[in-house]
Amino acid sequence: MTVPILKQGDYLIALVQSALSDADLLKLRDDLAERVGMFRARGVIVDVTALDVIDSFATRTISTIAHMLKLRGAETVIVGIQPDVAFAMVQLGLTLEGVGTVLDLEEGLEFLDRRTRD
Amino acid sequence: MAGTALVSAARIEIRTDADIVAARQAGRSLAERIGFSGSDLTVIAAAISEVARNIVEYASEGHLELSRIVQSPATGVLVVARDTGPGIADVEKALLDGYSTRNSLGMGLPGARRLMDEFEVASAIGAGTTVTMKKWLR
Repeated sequence: MTVPILKQGDYLIALVQSALSDADLLKLRDDLAERVGMFRARGVIVDVTALDVIDSFATRTISTIAHMLKLRGAETVIVGIQPDVAFAMVQLGLTLEGVGTVLDLEEGLEFLDRRTRD
Repeated sequence: MAGTALVSAARIEIRTDADIVAARQAGRSLAERIGFSGSDLTVIAAAISEVARNIVEYASEGHLELSRIVQSPATGVLVVARDTGPGIADVEKALLDGYSTRNSLGMGLPGARRLMDEFEVASAIGAGTTVTMKKWLR
């Protein structure tokens, strides 16, 4: 299941629409790294509202995506982690340290506006 | 164990990362049929994801058995993950947060243990690993 990536001004928005396998997550990572360069994007929003589980591999990959894109000159913010998913992540001992996380798409755009302003 | 009834619901072969997704979806839907709801469904699916991933990463082949378990008056879900891989040399160490023999977070097994009510690992070098975990309906 390929994750569609939309362009919105200087930002890219990756809309996860269903459960992702490990391979899908790695493809998302590679697609974003490539497109940040292609579109000279300053910020990336990854919308995970549709994910019903974020396990250790997904956490590691999301973290890698944020750090990779930072090296490519773009800020990343994760939006839409569901309450049950957050609960399970805490129980699993998973954290997204150093990765911006906000409630929804709207806040994600504000987050990127603040981060990329200067 | 007297008074324990098992209704086997599904057996899922685990070979690739796509099977991990299938396993956690099957687990979630069984848990829902048993009567779990809300965060319990996510918790069960996440635990299944971790034990299934262990099979793919370390054993390359194995399977999961998902069952409804009744130990009157309690009802719950039983997940047994079996592989015939290399086995775990030090089970206690494998259950420590942050311990991994691969380049992973090392949160899989200890994390899954925290998510479930009961959790056991039986492993023998060269013979494989069996993870048995249960979550009771409250």
